[in-house]
Amino acid sequence: MLSSERSIRKEMASPDGLAEHVKAGRVRAISRTITLLEAGNPMGREILRQLGDSGGRSHAIGITGYPGAGKSTLIDRLITAYRQQDKTVGVLAVDMSSPFTGGAILGDRIRMQDHALDKGVYVHSLATRGQRGGVSAATRDAVLVLDTAGFDIVLVETVGVGQGEWDIAEVAKTVVVVVAPGLGDEIQAMKAGILEVAHIVVVNKADHDGAETTLQHLRDWHPCVLRTVAVKGEGIPELIAAIAHHQQADPLPRHVSSQTIRQSLH
Amino acid sequence: MTTITAPLRILIGKVGLDGHDRGIKLVARALRDAGMEIIYTGLHQTPEQIVSAAIQEDVDAIGLSVLSGSHNTLFLRVLELLKEQDADDIVVFGGGIIPNEDIPKLHAAGVRALFRPGTTMADIVDFVKAIQPRA
Ligand SMILES: Nc1nc2c(ncn2[C@@H]2O[C@H](COP(=O)(O)OP(=O)(O)OP(=O)(O)O)[C@@H](O)[C@H]2O)c(=O)[nH]1
Ligand SMILES: [Mg+2]
Repeated sequence: MLSSERSIRKEMASPDGLAEHVKAGRVRAISRTITLLEAGNPMGREILRQLGDSGGRSHAIGITGYPGAGKSTLIDRLITAYRQQDKTVGVLAVDMSSPFTGGAILGDRIRMQDHALDKGVYVHSLATRGQRGGVSAATRDAVLVLDTAGFDIVLVETVGVGQGEWDIAEVAKTVVVVVAPGLGDEIQAMKAGILEVAHIVVVNKADHDGAETTLQHLRDWHPCVLRTVAVKGEGIPELIAAIAHHQQADPLPRHVSSQTIRQSLH
Repeated sequence: MTTITAPLRILIGKVGLDGHDRGIKLVARALRDAGMEIIYTGLHQTPEQIVSAAIQEDVDAIGLSVLSGSHNTLFLRVLELLKEQDADDIVVFGGGIIPNEDIPKLHAAGVRALFRPGTTMADIVDFVKAIQPRA
């Protein structure tokens, strides 16, 4: 689906050209459109308008949780699993911009570089650029772009520790919250926040001490808590099944979906 | 057209077999502190992986660290792949232990700048800051 990149540079100068190439799933056009939307360039909005409602097939999945819990490693494994099902995967990895300099080190991609040459996988990193919470202003637009480009699965990684959770629920149909063992009082805080938006809770790094205790505590508060060891691929089939189950059990999104966002553009 | 200044996006990675990432992480941090968005791909990257990531990330420039002695092949391959994909508007620069005699050839092939041992971080930051954003 991601066709030849040759000689599309000229055509990328116009919104019409970019919109057509996005629909055809061309990587450069997808990336450039996201750049324009992020920069608040009016051409970006014009492209979105032209993309209209030609998407709507993707399943957007939010992967959020504490820093270092293993979100990117988990996404790497999810990509492998979805590719085995012949599904194409787009990833948006959101990291914080420095509030002081506006700069950012976007390092999620390191964990996913094994997929860099797979034409069915697309990874784009976004910085929050001053946006409060874990979802950048352009993230929801970028989800729409990947949807229109035809990716079966769109994975959105964000850091959620008390502010950004609601945002991720707006862009993703299924929200997976990732934690590592050893949570103590944090669970209290999570009850009013992250756990409320989670459809699935994952205790990753289950090879670490305290995993059982954390699992049990969380299960008191949430109906779907899974254990994974992302570095070894343990628990991934169960996670894939839980995500699929959520999608089937809840065909109408509980939160604002990309469909509703799209409608609001007209 | 209103222009809102977006930060420069720079891919920083290391090609080849050499396993040290201290230097390249320092460069990444210095550029971050200068207000840029750094996509860090880590070590042991092939030219193919670098170019694919650069296009997916829509970066303005690629900064490569090459210490393995295979700098000629690796840089030239990156440039060739960019050209093949009609993406040779992405600036390529690099650093490493590169013998004098190889430098003209790499510049001629399109490597915009080469930073060799002894370069200050400020030199690198100044060079990257002056890169024209592509969008
Ligand atoms: N022991 C163990 N280590 C893990 C596991 N999953 C991830 N890690 C390690 O934890 C570290 C952080 O993993 P990431 O995947 O980068 O975590 P993240 O949540 O994406 O981190 P940020 O994006 O920086 O918030 C890495 O060193 C991983 O190798 C696991 O299941 N077990
Ligand atoms: Mg990460």
